[in-house]
Amino acid sequence: MTGRTERRFGMVVDAVACVGCSACVIACRDENDVPQGCSRRWIFEEVKGRFPNLTAEVWSESCQHCDYPPCVDCCPTGASHIDRPTGTTQVDRDKCTGCKACVAACPYDSRYVHPDGYVDKSTLCIHRLRKGEPTACEAICPTDAITVGDLDDPHAKISRLVRSRHSRQFKTDAGTRPRFFLLERI
Amino acid sequence: MQVNDFVEATSTRLNPHIDPGIHIWGWEVPIYLFLGGLVAGLLVLNAYAVLARREEEMPASSRILPLLGVPLLALGLGALFLDLEYKLHVFRFYTTFQASSPMSWGSWILLVVFATSGLVGLSALLKSKWVGVEGLRKLPLVNALERFADRHAILLAKANGVLGVALGIYTGILLSAFAARPLWNSAILGLIFLISGLSTGAALGALLSRDHRERERLVRFDVILIGVEIVLLALWIVGLSTSGEGARNAAEMILSGPYAAAFWTLVVVVGLAAPLLIETMALKGRWRETIVAPALVLIGGLSLRFILVYAGQDIGF
Repeated sequence: MTGRTERRFGMVVDAVACVGCSACVIACRDENDVPQGCSRRWIFEEVKGRFPNLTAEVWSESCQHCDYPPCVDCCPTGASHIDRPTGTTQVDRDKCTGCKACVAACPYDSRYVHPDGYVDKSTLCIHRLRKGEPTACEAICPTDAITVGDLDDPHAKISRLVRSRHSRQFKTDAGTRPRFFLLERI
Repeated sequence: MQVNDFVEATSTRLNPHIDPGIHIWGWEVPIYLFLGGLVAGLLVLNAYAVLARREEEMPASSRILPLLGVPLLALGLGALFLDLEYKLHVFRFYTTFQASSPMSWGSWILLVVFATSGLVGLSALLKSKWVGVEGLRKLPLVNALERFADRHAILLAKANGVLGVALGIYTGILLSAFAARPLWNSAILGLIFLISGLSTGAALGALLSRDHRERERLVRFDVILIGVEIVLLALWIVGLSTSGEGARNAAEMILSGPYAAAFWTLVVVVGLAAPLLIETMALKGRWRETIVAPALVLIGGLSLRFILVYAGQDIGF
Protein backbone atom coordinates (compact mmCIF):
# COMPACT_ATOMS: atom_id res chain seq x y z
CA MET A 1 0.00 0.00 0.00
CA THR A 2 2.97 2.30 -0.21
CA GLY A 3 2.68 4.41 -3.31
CA ARG A 4 5.70 6.39 -4.40
CA THR A 5 7.95 8.00 -1.86
CA GLU A 6 10.42 10.76 -2.60
CA ARG A 7 13.36 8.53 -1.75
CA ARG A 8 13.77 4.87 -0.84
CA PHE A 9 16.25 4.61 1.98
CA GLY A 10 17.56 1.11 2.61
CA MET A 11 20.51 -0.63 4.20
CA VAL A 12 23.32 -2.85 3.02
CA VAL A 13 25.41 -4.90 5.43
CA ASP A 14 28.60 -6.53 4.19
CA ALA A 15 28.82 -9.94 5.84
CA VAL A 16 32.42 -10.28 4.65
CA ALA A 17 33.42 -7.10 6.48
CA CYS A 18 31.17 -7.43 9.56
CA VAL A 19 32.96 -8.96 12.54
CA GLY A 20 29.98 -8.88 14.90
CA CYS A 21 31.63 -6.41 17.31
CA SER A 22 28.23 -4.92 18.35
CA ALA A 23 29.51 -1.33 18.09
CA CYS A 24 26.47 -0.53 15.89
CA VAL A 25 24.10 -2.06 18.46
CA ILE A 26 25.57 0.12 21.22
CA ALA A 27 25.76 3.23 19.05
CA CYS A 28 22.10 2.74 18.17
CA ARG A 29 21.17 2.32 21.84
CA ASP A 30 23.10 5.48 22.70
CA GLU A 31 21.80 7.60 19.83
CA ASN A 32 18.14 6.62 20.19
CA ASP A 33 17.80 6.05 23.95
CA VAL A 34 16.86 2.42 23.42
CA PRO A 35 15.89 1.06 26.85
CA GLN A 36 18.00 -1.58 28.56
CA GLY A 37 16.90 -5.08 27.63
CA CYS A 38 15.53 -3.98 24.27
CA SER A 39 17.24 -3.74 20.88
CA ARG A 40 16.56 -1.93 17.66
CA ARG A 41 19.67 -3.56 16.17
CA TRP A 42 21.19 -6.93 16.87
CA ILE A 43 23.90 -9.29 15.67
CA PHE A 44 22.90 -12.41 13.80
CA GLU A 45 25.19 -15.38 13.38
CA GLU A 46 24.65 -18.32 11.08
CA VAL A 47 26.86 -21.42 11.07
CA LYS A 48 26.64 -23.76 8.11
CA GLY A 49 28.41 -26.84 6.83
CA ARG A 50 29.30 -30.25 8.16
CA PHE A 51 31.93 -30.63 10.84
CA PRO A 52 34.86 -29.96 10.47
CA ASN A 53 34.09 -27.90 7.34
CA LEU A 54 32.06 -25.17 8.99
CA THR A 55 31.53 -21.63 7.77
CA ALA A 56 30.16 -18.85 9.93
CA GLU A 57 28.55 -15.66 8.77
CA VAL A 58 27.96 -12.73 11.09
CA TRP A 59 25.99 -9.62 10.39
CA SER A 60 24.19 -6.69 11.97
CA GLU A 61 20.43 -6.51 11.43
CA SER A 62 17.42 -4.31 12.17
CA CYS A 63 14.02 -3.29 10.77
CA GLN A 64 14.15 -3.88 7.01
CA HIS A 65 12.15 -0.74 6.07
CA CYS A 66 10.10 -2.68 3.54
CA ASP A 67 8.55 -1.33 0.35
CA TYR A 68 5.28 -2.96 1.44
CA PRO A 69 5.42 -2.88 5.24
CA PRO A 70 2.64 -5.09 6.69
CA CYS A 71 3.05 -3.28 10.02
CA VAL A 72 1.75 -0.10 8.34
CA ASP A 73 -1.19 -1.87 6.67
CA CYS A 74 -2.50 -3.41 9.88
CA CYS A 75 -2.08 -0.36 12.13
CA PRO A 76 -5.58 0.74 13.22
CA THR A 77 -4.60 4.30 14.12
CA GLY A 78 -2.09 5.31 11.46
CA ALA A 79 0.70 5.38 14.07
CA SER A 80 2.81 3.07 11.92
CA HIS A 81 3.36 4.99 8.73
CA ILE A 82 5.74 5.54 5.84
CA ASP A 83 7.73 8.74 5.97
CA ARG A 84 7.26 10.14 2.46
CA PRO A 85 10.53 12.08 2.11
CA THR A 86 12.72 9.09 3.07
CA GLY A 87 10.42 6.14 2.37
CA THR A 88 11.28 4.69 5.77
CA THR A 89 8.76 3.01 8.09
CA GLN A 90 8.16 5.01 11.25
CA VAL A 91 6.02 4.89 14.41
CA ASP A 92 4.21 8.00 15.65
CA ARG A 93 4.26 7.28 19.37
CA ASP A 94 1.49 9.82 20.04
CA LYS A 95 -0.91 7.73 17.97
CA CYS A 96 0.24 4.28 19.10
CA THR A 97 -2.18 2.42 21.39
CA GLY A 98 0.15 -0.53 21.95
CA CYS A 99 -2.32 -2.98 20.38
CA LYS A 100 0.68 -4.91 18.99
CA ALA A 101 -0.94 -5.76 15.64
CA CYS A 102 2.23 -4.47 13.95
CA VAL A 103 4.38 -6.74 16.12
CA ALA A 104 2.35 -9.72 14.92
CA ALA A 105 2.53 -8.47 11.32
CA CYS A 106 6.32 -8.15 11.09
CA PRO A 107 7.88 -11.29 9.58
CA TYR A 108 11.27 -10.14 10.90
CA ASP A 109 10.08 -9.62 14.50
CA SER A 110 11.85 -6.26 14.35
CA ARG A 111 9.47 -4.52 16.71
CA TYR A 112 9.12 -4.52 20.47
CA VAL A 113 6.98 -2.81 23.07
CA HIS A 114 8.81 0.10 24.68
CA PRO A 115 8.46 0.20 28.49
CA ASP A 116 6.58 3.49 28.02
CA GLY A 117 3.79 1.62 26.20
CA TYR A 118 4.30 2.39 22.54
CA VAL A 119 5.78 0.09 19.91
CA ASP A 120 9.33 0.87 18.93
CA LYS A 121 11.83 -0.16 16.29
CA SER A 122 14.62 1.22 14.09
CA THR A 123 13.89 4.66 12.67
CA LEU A 124 16.95 4.34 10.41
CA CYS A 125 18.12 7.40 12.38
CA ILE A 126 15.67 9.51 10.40
CA HIS A 127 16.63 12.55 12.50
CA ARG A 128 20.16 12.20 11.16
CA LEU A 129 19.12 11.36 7.59
CA ARG A 130 17.14 14.60 7.48
CA LYS A 131 20.33 16.51 8.24
CA GLY A 132 22.24 14.54 5.62
CA GLU A 133 24.23 12.71 8.28
CA PRO A 134 24.93 8.98 8.28
CA THR A 135 23.02 6.77 10.71
CA ALA A 136 24.67 6.09 14.06
CA CYS A 137 25.35 2.47 13.11
CA GLU A 138 26.90 3.41 9.78
CA ALA A 139 29.02 6.14 11.36
CA ILE A 140 30.44 3.92 14.10
CA CYS A 141 31.12 0.75 12.11
CA PRO A 142 34.87 0.11 12.35
CA THR A 143 34.94 -2.15 9.26
CA ASP A 144 32.67 0.00 7.08
CA ALA A 145 30.24 -2.91 6.81
CA ILE A 146 27.06 -0.82 7.00
CA THR A 147 25.85 1.41 4.17
CA VAL A 148 22.61 3.37 4.30
CA GLY A 149 21.31 5.26 1.30
CA ASP A 150 18.67 5.94 -1.33
CA LEU A 151 18.09 2.79 -3.40
CA ASP A 152 16.37 4.90 -6.08
CA ASP A 153 19.57 6.90 -6.65
CA PRO A 154 21.67 4.86 -9.11
CA HIS A 155 24.82 6.80 -8.16
CA ALA A 156 24.51 6.25 -4.41
CA LYS A 157 27.04 3.94 -2.78
CA ILE A 158 24.24 1.60 -1.65
CA SER A 159 22.97 1.14 -5.21
CA ARG A 160 26.46 0.47 -6.52
CA LEU A 161 27.02 -2.15 -3.83
CA VAL A 162 23.71 -3.88 -4.52
CA ARG A 163 24.48 -3.89 -8.25
CA SER A 164 28.07 -5.08 -8.03
CA ARG A 165 27.95 -7.71 -5.26
CA HIS A 166 25.99 -10.87 -4.66
CA SER A 167 23.38 -10.03 -2.05
CA ARG A 168 20.82 -11.91 -0.04
CA GLN A 169 17.46 -10.73 1.23
CA PHE A 170 15.32 -12.27 3.92
CA LYS A 171 11.84 -13.77 3.87
CA THR A 172 11.04 -12.29 0.46
CA ASP A 173 8.14 -14.77 0.25
CA ALA A 174 6.34 -12.67 2.84
CA GLY A 175 5.76 -10.15 0.07
CA THR A 176 7.21 -7.22 2.00
CA ARG A 177 9.98 -6.27 -0.48
CA PRO A 178 12.56 -5.69 2.24
CA ARG A 179 15.20 -3.01 1.72
CA PHE A 180 17.86 -4.84 3.69
CA PHE A 181 20.63 -6.42 1.58
CA LEU A 182 23.29 -8.73 2.95
CA LEU A 183 26.44 -8.80 0.83
CA GLU A 184 27.87 -12.28 1.04
CA ARG A 185 30.81 -12.65 -1.34
CA ILE A 186 33.40 -10.18 -2.56
CA MET B 1 26.74 -26.79 0.33
CA GLN B 2 23.42 -28.50 0.89
CA VAL B 3 20.44 -27.22 2.77
CA ASN B 4 20.67 -30.00 5.33
CA ASP B 5 24.18 -28.88 6.19
CA PHE B 6 22.65 -25.97 8.04
CA VAL B 7 23.85 -26.09 11.65
CA GLU B 8 22.60 -23.20 13.71
CA ALA B 9 21.53 -19.58 13.80
CA THR B 10 21.90 -17.34 16.81
CA SER B 11 20.84 -13.78 17.46
CA THR B 12 21.83 -11.32 20.16
CA ARG B 13 18.36 -9.85 20.09
CA LEU B 14 16.48 -10.62 23.31
CA ASN B 15 13.52 -8.29 23.17
CA PRO B 16 10.94 -9.09 25.87
CA HIS B 17 7.91 -11.02 24.55
CA ILE B 18 9.54 -11.15 21.09
CA ASP B 19 12.43 -13.58 21.45
CA PRO B 20 12.72 -16.51 21.04
CA GLY B 21 9.09 -16.47 19.85
CA ILE B 22 6.51 -13.70 20.04
CA HIS B 23 4.18 -13.78 23.05
CA ILE B 24 2.47 -10.46 22.74
CA TRP B 25 -1.15 -11.48 23.19
CA GLY B 26 -2.21 -13.26 26.36
CA TRP B 27 -5.62 -14.35 27.67
CA GLU B 28 -7.24 -10.99 26.93
CA VAL B 29 -7.36 -11.49 23.16
CA PRO B 30 -8.96 -14.98 23.04
CA ILE B 31 -11.50 -13.90 25.67
CA TYR B 32 -12.37 -10.91 23.51
CA LEU B 33 -12.57 -13.02 20.34
CA PHE B 34 -14.82 -15.52 22.13
CA LEU B 35 -17.19 -12.87 23.49
CA GLY B 36 -17.23 -11.05 20.13
CA GLY B 37 -18.21 -14.28 18.37
CA LEU B 38 -20.80 -15.04 21.04
CA VAL B 39 -22.40 -11.60 20.62
CA ALA B 40 -22.34 -12.11 16.84
CA GLY B 41 -24.31 -15.32 17.41
CA LEU B 42 -26.81 -13.58 19.73
CA LEU B 43 -27.36 -10.79 17.20
CA VAL B 44 -27.98 -13.18 14.31
CA LEU B 45 -30.32 -15.38 16.39
CA ASN B 46 -32.29 -12.36 17.53
CA ALA B 47 -32.47 -11.06 13.96
CA TYR B 48 -33.72 -14.46 12.81
CA ALA B 49 -36.41 -14.59 15.49
CA VAL B 50 -37.69 -11.14 14.53
CA LEU B 51 -37.44 -11.42 10.76
CA ALA B 52 -38.91 -14.95 10.61
CA ARG B 53 -41.72 -13.73 12.92
CA ARG B 54 -40.90 -16.41 15.48
CA GLU B 55 -40.64 -14.13 18.50
CA GLU B 56 -43.39 -16.03 20.35
CA GLU B 57 -41.86 -19.40 19.54
CA MET B 58 -38.38 -18.25 20.50
CA PRO B 59 -38.84 -16.30 23.75
CA ALA B 60 -35.22 -16.52 24.90
CA SER B 61 -33.78 -15.52 21.51
CA SER B 62 -36.07 -12.53 21.23
CA ARG B 63 -36.26 -11.36 24.84
CA ILE B 64 -33.32 -12.68 26.89
CA LEU B 65 -30.39 -12.87 24.45
CA PRO B 66 -30.72 -9.19 23.36
CA LEU B 67 -30.20 -8.19 26.99
CA LEU B 68 -26.78 -9.85 26.94
CA GLY B 69 -25.40 -8.17 23.79
CA VAL B 70 -24.12 -4.95 25.34
CA PRO B 71 -22.81 -6.43 28.64
CA LEU B 72 -20.93 -9.27 26.89
CA LEU B 73 -19.52 -6.89 24.30
CA ALA B 74 -18.45 -4.49 27.04
CA LEU B 75 -16.79 -7.36 28.89
CA GLY B 76 -14.93 -8.36 25.72
CA LEU B 77 -13.83 -4.83 25.00
CA GLY B 78 -12.75 -4.52 28.62
CA ALA B 79 -10.44 -7.48 28.08
CA LEU B 80 -9.14 -5.95 24.87
CA PHE B 81 -8.55 -2.67 26.67
CA LEU B 82 -6.46 -4.50 29.28
CA ASP B 83 -4.30 -5.82 26.43
CA LEU B 84 -3.44 -2.32 25.18
CA GLU B 85 0.05 -1.25 26.24
CA TYR B 86 -0.79 2.45 25.96
CA LYS B 87 -4.28 2.62 27.44
CA LEU B 88 -4.52 6.42 27.46
CA HIS B 89 -4.32 6.39 23.67
CA VAL B 90 -7.39 4.18 23.23
CA PHE B 91 -9.28 7.15 21.73
CA ARG B 92 -6.90 7.03 18.77
CA PHE B 93 -8.99 4.19 17.33
CA TYR B 94 -11.78 6.71 16.80
CA THR B 95 -9.89 9.67 15.38
CA THR B 96 -9.20 7.86 12.11
CA PHE B 97 -10.28 5.09 9.78
CA GLN B 98 -7.58 2.88 8.25
CA ALA B 99 -9.08 0.89 5.38
CA SER B 100 -6.26 -1.67 5.25
CA SER B 101 -6.41 -2.46 8.98
CA PRO B 102 -8.89 -5.15 10.14
CA MET B 103 -8.60 -3.73 13.67
CA SER B 104 -9.76 -0.32 12.45
CA TRP B 105 -12.76 -1.91 10.70
CA GLY B 106 -13.47 -3.82 13.89
CA SER B 107 -13.40 -0.79 16.15
CA TRP B 108 -15.93 1.02 13.97
CA ILE B 109 -18.12 -2.08 13.51
CA LEU B 110 -18.15 -2.48 17.32
CA LEU B 111 -19.28 1.10 17.75
CA VAL B 112 -22.28 0.53 15.46
CA VAL B 113 -23.00 -2.85 17.07
CA PHE B 114 -23.08 -1.16 20.48
CA ALA B 115 -25.76 1.23 19.19
CA THR B 116 -27.98 -1.32 17.40
CA SER B 117 -27.70 -4.09 19.99
CA GLY B 118 -28.15 -1.47 22.71
CA LEU B 119 -31.44 -0.33 21.18
CA VAL B 120 -32.74 -3.90 20.84
CA GLY B 121 -31.51 -4.68 24.35
CA LEU B 122 -33.20 -1.61 25.82
CA SER B 123 -36.45 -2.48 24.13
CA ALA B 124 -36.25 -6.05 25.47
CA LEU B 125 -35.38 -4.77 28.95
CA LEU B 126 -38.38 -2.43 29.07
CA LYS B 127 -40.70 -5.25 28.00
CA SER B 128 -39.51 -7.44 30.88
CA LYS B 129 -41.46 -7.45 34.10
CA TRP B 130 -38.46 -6.60 36.24
CA VAL B 131 -38.62 -4.26 39.17
CA GLY B 132 -37.60 -0.70 38.37
CA VAL B 133 -38.20 -0.99 34.66
CA GLU B 134 -41.30 1.20 34.82
CA GLY B 135 -39.32 3.95 36.49
CA LEU B 136 -36.70 3.72 33.76
CA ARG B 137 -39.34 4.19 31.09
CA LYS B 138 -40.33 7.53 32.62
CA LEU B 139 -36.99 9.01 31.56
CA PRO B 140 -37.66 10.99 28.35
CA LEU B 141 -34.50 9.75 26.57
CA VAL B 142 -35.21 6.09 27.40
CA ASN B 143 -38.79 6.55 26.28
CA ALA B 144 -37.74 8.09 22.97
CA LEU B 145 -35.15 5.37 22.35
CA GLU B 146 -37.68 2.63 23.06
CA ARG B 147 -40.20 4.17 20.67
CA PHE B 148 -37.49 4.44 18.03
CA ALA B 149 -36.45 0.81 18.57
CA ASP B 150 -40.02 -0.45 18.37
CA ARG B 151 -40.90 1.61 15.30
CA HIS B 152 -37.82 0.37 13.44
CA ALA B 153 -37.78 -3.17 14.86
CA ILE B 154 -37.52 -4.80 11.42
CA LEU B 155 -34.79 -2.45 10.23
CA LEU B 156 -32.85 -2.98 13.47
CA ALA B 157 -33.17 -6.75 13.12
CA LYS B 158 -31.83 -6.58 9.56
CA ALA B 159 -28.96 -4.35 10.70
CA ASN B 160 -28.18 -6.68 13.61
CA GLY B 161 -28.15 -9.68 11.27
CA VAL B 162 -25.68 -8.05 8.91
CA LEU B 163 -23.58 -6.58 11.73
CA GLY B 164 -23.56 -9.90 13.56
CA VAL B 165 -22.13 -11.62 10.48
CA ALA B 166 -19.60 -8.79 10.02
CA LEU B 167 -18.56 -8.97 13.68
CA GLY B 168 -18.19 -12.76 13.56
CA ILE B 169 -16.05 -12.65 10.42
CA TYR B 170 -13.99 -9.76 11.75
CA THR B 171 -12.93 -11.70 14.85
CA GLY B 172 -11.30 -14.22 12.49
CA ILE B 173 -9.89 -11.75 9.96
CA LEU B 174 -8.22 -9.95 12.85
CA LEU B 175 -5.87 -12.94 13.09
CA SER B 176 -5.83 -14.06 9.46
CA ALA B 177 -4.49 -10.79 8.03
CA PHE B 178 -0.90 -11.51 9.11
CA ALA B 179 1.27 -13.05 6.39
CA ALA B 180 3.98 -13.37 9.05
CA ARG B 181 1.95 -15.89 11.12
CA PRO B 182 1.17 -18.90 8.92
CA LEU B 183 -1.21 -20.63 11.33
CA TRP B 184 -3.55 -17.62 11.16
CA ASN B 185 -2.91 -16.55 7.60
CA SER B 186 -5.95 -18.16 6.00
CA ALA B 187 -9.10 -16.31 4.96
CA ILE B 188 -11.18 -19.35 5.98
CA LEU B 189 -10.46 -18.36 9.60
CA GLY B 190 -13.05 -15.59 9.17
CA LEU B 191 -15.72 -18.20 8.37
CA ILE B 192 -14.55 -20.58 11.10
CA PHE B 193 -14.86 -17.84 13.72
CA LEU B 194 -18.24 -16.75 12.34
CA ILE B 195 -19.72 -20.28 12.38
CA SER B 196 -18.17 -21.04 15.77
CA GLY B 197 -19.58 -17.74 17.08
CA LEU B 198 -23.07 -18.57 15.79
CA SER B 199 -22.75 -22.02 17.34
CA THR B 200 -21.82 -20.63 20.76
CA GLY B 201 -24.69 -18.14 20.44
CA ALA B 202 -27.17 -20.95 19.76
CA ALA B 203 -25.67 -22.93 22.66
CA LEU B 204 -26.11 -20.00 25.05
CA GLY B 205 -29.70 -19.62 23.83
CA ALA B 206 -30.32 -23.34 24.48
CA LEU B 207 -28.83 -22.96 27.97
CA LEU B 208 -31.02 -19.99 28.86
CA SER B 209 -34.28 -20.97 27.19
CA ARG B 210 -37.04 -22.53 29.28
CA ASP B 211 -39.17 -23.23 26.25
CA HIS B 212 -38.83 -26.80 25.03
CA ARG B 213 -39.67 -26.00 21.40
CA GLU B 214 -37.18 -23.15 21.25
CA ARG B 215 -34.47 -25.33 22.77
CA GLU B 216 -35.15 -27.98 20.15
CA ARG B 217 -34.95 -25.41 17.37
CA LEU B 218 -31.67 -24.00 18.72
CA VAL B 219 -30.18 -27.46 19.12
CA ARG B 220 -31.19 -28.21 15.51
CA PHE B 221 -29.35 -25.02 14.42
CA ASP B 222 -26.38 -25.99 16.51
CA VAL B 223 -26.12 -29.45 14.96
CA ILE B 224 -25.94 -27.88 11.49
CA LEU B 225 -23.45 -25.24 12.66
CA ILE B 226 -21.20 -27.82 14.32
CA GLY B 227 -21.27 -29.88 11.13
CA VAL B 228 -20.28 -26.86 9.04
CA GLU B 229 -17.57 -25.94 11.55
CA ILE B 230 -16.05 -29.43 11.34
CA VAL B 231 -15.93 -29.17 7.54
CA LEU B 232 -14.39 -25.67 7.71
CA LEU B 233 -11.76 -26.74 10.27
CA ALA B 234 -10.87 -29.73 8.10
CA LEU B 235 -10.56 -27.49 5.01
CA TRP B 236 -8.39 -25.06 6.97
CA ILE B 237 -6.04 -27.85 8.03
CA VAL B 238 -5.97 -29.30 4.50
CA GLY B 239 -5.14 -25.82 3.21
CA LEU B 240 -2.29 -25.40 5.70
CA SER B 241 -0.87 -28.87 5.12
CA THR B 242 -0.79 -28.46 1.36
CA SER B 243 0.67 -24.91 1.28
CA GLY B 244 4.26 -23.81 1.77
CA GLU B 245 6.70 -24.93 4.41
CA GLY B 246 5.64 -22.34 7.00
CA ALA B 247 1.98 -23.32 6.72
CA ARG B 248 2.82 -27.01 6.94
CA ASN B 249 4.88 -26.43 10.10
CA ALA B 250 1.96 -24.43 11.48
CA ALA B 251 -0.46 -27.29 10.82
CA GLU B 252 1.90 -29.63 12.66
CA MET B 253 1.71 -27.38 15.74
CA ILE B 254 -1.94 -28.33 16.26
CA LEU B 255 -2.03 -31.77 14.61
CA SER B 256 0.95 -33.44 16.25
CA GLY B 257 3.00 -30.71 17.92
CA PRO B 258 2.84 -28.96 21.30
CA TYR B 259 -0.78 -27.84 20.90
CA ALA B 260 -2.06 -31.16 19.50
CA ALA B 261 -3.30 -32.58 22.83
CA ALA B 262 -5.28 -29.44 23.63
CA PHE B 263 -6.61 -29.11 20.09
CA TRP B 264 -7.78 -32.71 19.72
CA THR B 265 -9.33 -33.00 23.16
CA LEU B 266 -10.77 -29.55 23.87
CA VAL B 267 -11.69 -28.43 20.35
CA VAL B 268 -12.36 -31.61 18.39
CA VAL B 269 -13.72 -34.01 21.03
CA VAL B 270 -15.15 -31.76 23.76
CA GLY B 271 -16.21 -28.84 21.55
CA LEU B 272 -17.40 -30.56 18.39
CA ALA B 273 -17.73 -34.37 18.38
CA ALA B 274 -19.28 -34.81 21.83
CA PRO B 275 -21.95 -32.09 21.52
CA LEU B 276 -22.72 -33.20 17.95
CA LEU B 277 -23.35 -36.74 19.19
CA ILE B 278 -25.32 -35.68 22.27
CA GLU B 279 -27.47 -33.17 20.37
CA THR B 280 -28.18 -35.57 17.52
CA MET B 281 -29.26 -38.27 19.96
CA ALA B 282 -31.35 -35.75 21.90
CA LEU B 283 -33.13 -34.66 18.70
CA LYS B 284 -33.91 -38.28 17.93
CA GLY B 285 -35.36 -38.62 21.42
CA ARG B 286 -32.92 -41.34 22.39
CA TRP B 287 -31.06 -39.28 25.00
CA ARG B 288 -32.40 -36.77 27.41
CA GLU B 289 -31.65 -33.18 26.53
CA THR B 290 -29.47 -31.54 29.22
CA ILE B 291 -27.25 -28.54 29.62
CA VAL B 292 -24.20 -30.70 28.89
CA ALA B 293 -24.05 -30.30 25.11
CA PRO B 294 -24.47 -26.48 25.02
CA ALA B 295 -21.92 -26.13 27.84
CA LEU B 296 -19.45 -28.24 25.86
CA VAL B 297 -19.99 -26.08 22.77
CA LEU B 298 -19.15 -22.97 24.80
CA ILE B 299 -16.02 -24.61 26.25
CA GLY B 300 -14.99 -25.72 22.76
CA GLY B 301 -15.46 -22.24 21.30
CA LEU B 302 -13.37 -20.67 24.04
CA SER B 303 -10.66 -23.35 23.72
CA LEU B 304 -10.48 -22.91 19.94
CA ARG B 305 -9.66 -19.23 20.35
CA PHE B 306 -7.17 -19.77 23.16
CA ILE B 307 -5.32 -22.47 21.24
CA LEU B 308 -5.28 -20.50 18.00
CA VAL B 309 -4.08 -17.27 19.58
CA TYR B 310 -1.30 -18.99 21.52
CA ALA B 311 -0.19 -21.51 18.88
CA GLY B 312 -0.26 -18.88 16.12
CA GLN B 313 2.28 -16.77 17.97
CA ASP B 314 4.58 -19.75 18.46
CA ILE B 315 5.11 -20.35 14.77
CA GLY B 316 6.71 -17.72 12.56
CA PHE B 317 7.15 -17.35 8.85
